[in-house]
Amino acid sequence: MAFILRRLAFYAVAAWVALTLNFFIPRLMPGNAVEAILGRFPNLQPSAYKAISAMLGVGKNKGSEVSQYFTYLNNVVHFNFGTDVAQYPASVSSLLDSEIPWTLVLVGTATVIAFFLGTALGIMAGWRHGGWLDRLLPALTFLQAIPYFFLALLLVYIFAYKYFHLFPSGTGYNGSTGIVPGWHWDFITNAVQHAILPAFTIVITSVAGWMLQMRNVMITTLGEDYVIAAQAKGLRSRRVIFTYAARNALLPQLQGFGLALGFVVSGAIVMEIVFSYPGVGLGLLSAVSSNDYPMMQAIFLVITFSVLLANLIVDVLVVLADPRARSIGAQR
Amino acid sequence: MTALLTPPVTTVATIAAPGWWRRMPLKAKTGAVLLGLFVLTAIIGPLVAPYDPGYQNPSIAVAMKGPSGAHWLGTTSTGQDVLSQLLTGIRLTLELAVLVGVIAMVLAVLIGVTSAYLGGIWDELLQLLTNVFLVIPALPLLVILLGYLPNKGQTPTILVLSALGWAWGARVIRAQTLAIRNRDFIAAARETGESTWRILAFELVPNEVSLIAASFVNTVLYAIGASVALAFLGLTDVSSWSLGTVLYWAQSQDALQLGAWWWFVPPGLAVALMGTALVLVNTGIDEIGNPRLRDASSASRIAGHRVQPTDPTPVLALVGSERSRLGSFLHSFSRSSLLEDK
Repeated sequence: MAFILRRLAFYAVAAWVALTLNFFIPRLMPGNAVEAILGRFPNLQPSAYKAISAMLGVGKNKGSEVSQYFTYLNNVVHFNFGTDVAQYPASVSSLLDSEIPWTLVLVGTATVIAFFLGTALGIMAGWRHGGWLDRLLPALTFLQAIPYFFLALLLVYIFAYKYFHLFPSGTGYNGSTGIVPGWHWDFITNAVQHAILPAFTIVITSVAGWMLQMRNVMITTLGEDYVIAAQAKGLRSRRVIFTYAARNALLPQLQGFGLALGFVVSGAIVMEIVFSYPGVGLGLLSAVSSNDYPMMQAIFLVITFSVLLANLIVDVLVVLADPRARSIGAQR
Repeated sequence: MTALLTPPVTTVATIAAPGWWRRMPLKAKTGAVLLGLFVLTAIIGPLVAPYDPGYQNPSIAVAMKGPSGAHWLGTTSTGQDVLSQLLTGIRLTLELAVLVGVIAMVLAVLIGVTSAYLGGIWDELLQLLTNVFLVIPALPLLVILLGYLPNKGQTPTILVLSALGWAWGARVIRAQTLAIRNRDFIAAARETGESTWRILAFELVPNEVSLIAASFVNTVLYAIGASVALAFLGLTDVSSWSLGTVLYWAQSQDALQLGAWWWFVPPGLAVALMGTALVLVNTGIDEIGNPRLRDASSASRIAGHRVQPTDPTPVLALVGSERSRLGSFLHSFSRSSLLEDK
C-alpha cells in the first residue's frame, strides 16, 4: 500500500510536469499564431474567452503569468478546456467525450490481446529454446520494425480495396445506413466490424515486442537454480513453467508494459488517421491542421493522463504479483 | 558501497579483435550489411536518382503508371518518379535520425553521468526528470510542439525530437556509471590528482562506449519512427523529400483508392527494413554481452554436440549507494526501489 501511495505521488509529479509543459509551450513558441486564431472570433463568450486566454496566454485582459497559471490549473481540474475554435461554439470537453470511447475501447482491447498473446508465445519460445518459434525471430523483428500506419495502409489496401472487400476501409461505424451509436446489436456489430482491421494492426505490430522480451527473461529465469531444483524434484513441466519460471519472468514484462504503453498509444493515434477512425488521434490531427489550439492541448492532456493511469494500474498489478512489494508495505 | 559482482567492462577494443567479423552473431552480420546498404544509398542515392524527385509530368501517358523500364518504381499521380523520391528520401530520413541520435546521446551522457557522479539529491532529481520524460507519451507532445511551430523545417524537427529522446539513454548510462565509478582505476586516477572532468571524459566515458553505442542505435530507431510518423501526418516540411513525406503525398492523393501500391509500399518497406537492420544490430550487441540469448543455430558445437551455456550470466549487481535522507525519500518513489533487497 505504501508503495502504491508513493507511486501515486510520482504520477502526480509527472502529471504536473505535463500540465506545466502544456501551459508553457504556447507561450514560448515564436510567432503569434494563437492571437491570430482568436482574432477570428470577436464574439466569444467572456467565460470561454477567459479559459482560452488562461490556457494559451493570449488576449487583452490576460493578467499576470502566475494568475493565468492558476486559472489554467483550476480549469483543467474542472475539465474546462474552453471553447473549441474550429467547431465553435461547441466546448472542447463535449467533443472529447465523443472521441475518447472509440480510442479507449480499440487501443485497450487490442493492447490487452497483444500482451497476453505475446506473453504466452514468449513463454513457449523460452521453454522450447531453439524450437520452431525461435526460427521465427528474424521475421518477428521485421514485424516489430514496421510503422503502425504503414501496416494499416497495407491492410486497408489488401482487405478493403484491392483483393478482398471483407472489411470497411475506415471510420468507426457506417452512419449512412442510419445506425445510431448506442448499446444495441446493430451498432455494436457494425462497430466491431469496423474495428477489426485497426485492432489487427495494433496486435500484429506490438505482439512481437512482448514475445521477444518475455522469451529473453524466460531464458534467463529458466537458468536459475530454483527452476533446476524444481525440475530435479520431478515436478510436472507445466508447474515448472507457470508457477516457477513464468511467474517471476512476468514481473519485468509487467513493468515493461507501462513504458511500452506510451509507444503503443502513439502508434495507435497515427494509425487512426489511416482508418479515419473517430478517436482522439484523428481529433488531434484535425485540431492541428485547423490550428485548433485548445483542442490540441486538451487531447495531449487526455492521452498523457490515460497513460499515467494505466501505469498506476500496472503498479497495482506488480504489487499483487510480487510478494516483495507487499512485505515492504508491511515493514513500514 | 558494495558491488558484489563486478561487471566485465566491455570495450570496443575487445570486440574489434582479429576475426571479430567471423565471431559476430549471424543476426548482427545481417543487420550490419543491411544498414551498410542504407547508408550507401543515403550517400550516393540523390546522385544516382534518375529524375528530379519533384519534377512533375502530369500527362496521362506518364502519370500514375506502375513499374516500367523508364520508371522502375512507377510514377505518382503528378508523374513524379517514385524511385527518385525513395533514393532522395532515404538520405533525408537517415540524416535526420543520425543527427537526433547524436544530439540525444550527448544529452543522455551529460545527464546520466552527472546524475550518477553527483549522487545524493541531484541524482534523485535528475532521475525523477528522466522517469517523467520516460512515462509521458512522446508522439502527442511532438505533434503539439510541431503544431505550434511556424517554421516546420528540418532543424526544428531535429531539435524537438532530440529534446524528447534522451531519457532512456540517460537511464542506462546512469546505471552503468554507478557500477563503474567505484572501480579501482577510477580511484587510482583520483589519487594521482586528475581533475574530475578529466576522470569523467577520459576514464569513465570511454568505458561506456559499447553501452552508448547501443543506446545510440535505439535512439536512431526512435527518431526514424517518430520522424516518419510526423512527416506522414504532414507536420514537417512537406515540400522536402523524406520517406515520411512520400507516404504523406501517397495517402493524401488517394494512392490506396487508386490501387497505386508502387507509390506507398517501397517507402514503407524501406522504413521497416531500416528499422529491422537497427534492431538486428542491437540484438547482436546484446548477444555479444549475453550469449544465452542466442538462438540454437548459433550455439557453439563441441565434438558435434550442441552446447548451450548453462551457468547464469553475471548480471549487473544492483549497487546501493549511501543516500542522503532527502535522497532516499525521493528514491522511494521510484519503481526500482521495489526490487532492491532491503
